[in-house]
Amino acid sequence: MTSTNAATTAMMPPEGTLPSRLFAAGHRADAARHVARFGPVPVPAAADLVMELRASGLTGRGGGAFPASKKIDALAGPPGTIIANGSEGEPLSRKDATLLEHAPHLVIDGLVLLSAAVGPGARLVVVAHPDGAESVRRALLERRDGGEIEVRVAEDRFVAGEATAVVAGLSGAPATPKDHPVHLTERGVGRRPTLLFNVETLAHIALIARYGAEWFRSSGTADDPGTRLFSISGDGVAEQVVEVPGGSRLAEVLTAIGVEPTSIQAALVGGFHGRWIAAGDFGGRLVARPADGNGNGNGGIAAGAGVVLLLGAASCGLRVSASILDYLAAESAGQCGPCVLGLPRLSHRFAEYSSGRDSDPSGVRYLIETIPGRGACHHPDGTVSLARSALAVFAGELDRHRSGSCSEGGLA
Amino acid sequence: MTRHAMSAPSTSATLHIDWTRCQARGACLDLLPDLLRPDDDGYPLAATPPRERSDVPVPPAGLPAARDAVDLCPRLALSLRPLP
Ligand code: SF4
Ligand code: SF4
Repeated sequence: MTSTNAATTAMMPPEGTLPSRLFAAGHRADAARHVARFGPVPVPAAADLVMELRASGLTGRGGGAFPASKKIDALAGPPGTIIANGSEGEPLSRKDATLLEHAPHLVIDGLVLLSAAVGPGARLVVVAHPDGAESVRRALLERRDGGEIEVRVAEDRFVAGEATAVVAGLSGAPATPKDHPVHLTERGVGRRPTLLFNVETLAHIALIARYGAEWFRSSGTADDPGTRLFSISGDGVAEQVVEVPGGSRLAEVLTAIGVEPTSIQAALVGGFHGRWIAAGDFGGRLVARPADGNGNGNGGIAAGAGVVLLLGAASCGLRVSASILDYLAAESAGQCGPCVLGLPRLSHRFAEYSSGRDSDPSGVRYLIETIPGRGACHHPDGTVSLARSALAVFAGELDRHRSGSCSEGGLA
Repeated sequence: MTRHAMSAPSTSATLHIDWTRCQARGACLDLLPDLLRPDDDGYPLAATPPRERSDVPVPPAGLPAARDAVDLCPRLALSLRPLP
C-alpha cells in the first residue's frame, strides 16, 4: 500500500451535509474571505486565551487526544519553538492536508495566537506534506504577521508524524521517533521547551480565541466537546473529509454521508493504529478518549487520528488487515529491536493464521502479548492493536477461511 | 482488569529501557533474572506483564542489581527512574 498523501486532491465535505466550523469561509479561503468570515486575528490577553482553552475542553486532534491546555500548563518555560504538525503520516488521512488547503489562515491564526500568549519570540514552524506546505506558503504571503513562520515539508513516512520524530527532524536529525523520558514541553527542539499541536487543534484554538469556550462547547458532548475532522474512505464511499460534532455516533456520520448501512460489515476507526468496529457496534459514539480506555464498546469508539475506513460486505477484513500489517511492519523506523524484528514476524504470523494455513493461534497470540510497550514510540502498540481487533471482529471470516472459503469468494 | 494491580509488588523505581539503543547484548538479562527474560531475539522482556514494558518496575530488593545493570549495559540503554 502506498501513501496517498501527495497524490490525491483534498476533498471538502459536500455542502450542507454536516455543520462546518473549520471550513466556514469556504473552499480554498484566501485571506480576504477568511477575514470576511471570521474577522481579524483577535488579541486576547495571554491568560484569557489559556483560560478559554482550559474551559473549552479542546483535546489534541493528532491522535493523542491530550487536553490542549494541559500541554500549555506543562511547559517548563517559554517555548523556544511552537510547531503546527500537519505531517499526517497515515496513508488514509487527508484531514490535515484538506484543512491546510481550504483553511490555512485558521491554522496560521492559531500559531500566531499561541505564540502571543505563551511564547513571544518563539520560532514558529508549520510541518506539512508537500501540497499542504504549498498552501501555507501561499497563505503566508497574503498576511503581514506571517513573515516569521517557517514551513517545512514532512518526510513521507508513517512514523515521521510522531511528535518526537517531528522535533528530531527540526533539530537536524532524521525524522525518526526518539526515546522520550522527558516531555517535549520540557525539552524539545534545541533542548528547549517545545509546544507541538496538530494543525486541526490550532485551527480550533483560532476559533476559541474568537468565540470563546462556551461557543466551542455548543457542539459535541460534555466529554467530547467541539467538532472534529474525519477522513473517510473505503468501500461504497467517495473519499472525503467531514467535520462532525464530538461524540457523534458512527452510524449517524455514515447516514449523513449517504452510506447504505447494510452494505458495510465493519469500519477501521482511528487509522492504521486504530481498531476495527463491527457493523453491530456502529451505534457507538466517536470520542476523543473512550471511558473504558480500550476504544470500543460502551465507553465509545476512539476517534484517534480521525480516520474511518469502511469495509463492504463483500470484502475480506482479514485480507485487508494483513496488507495493512504488512505495510506497518515495513514502516518500523528501524531503531528498536522488538519493533523491527517483531512486527514483520507479527505480520507473517497473522497472515498465516488468518488465512487458515496455520491453525495454531499460539504464535500470533504470543506476539500480540509480548510486542506492546517495547518501542520508543507507539508504533508497535498501535500495530498490535489493529491485529488484535481484526482477529476479534473477523472471527466469522476466520471460520470461513478454516473451511476453505472467503467473503471475497473463492478460497482464502 | 484489577488483576495486575492487586498482585503488584512494592516497587521503588522503574528500569527504563531506551529501545533505540538496546541491541540485545544481554548483560541486563544476566544481572536481573527475576525482572527480565529474553525474547526470541535476546531483547529484554519484562518477566511479569506490566502495562509499560519500557519501564519495568523494580522492587526495593532489586535496586542494587538494577544499578549494576545500568552501569554495565554496553549501549547505555538503561536508566533508573523514580516512580512518578
Ligand atoms: S518503536 Fe518502531 S517505529 Fe517506533 S522508534 Fe522504535 S523502531 Fe521506530
Ligand atoms: S544490557 Fe543493554 S543492550 Fe544489552 S540487552 Fe540489556 S538493555 Fe539491551
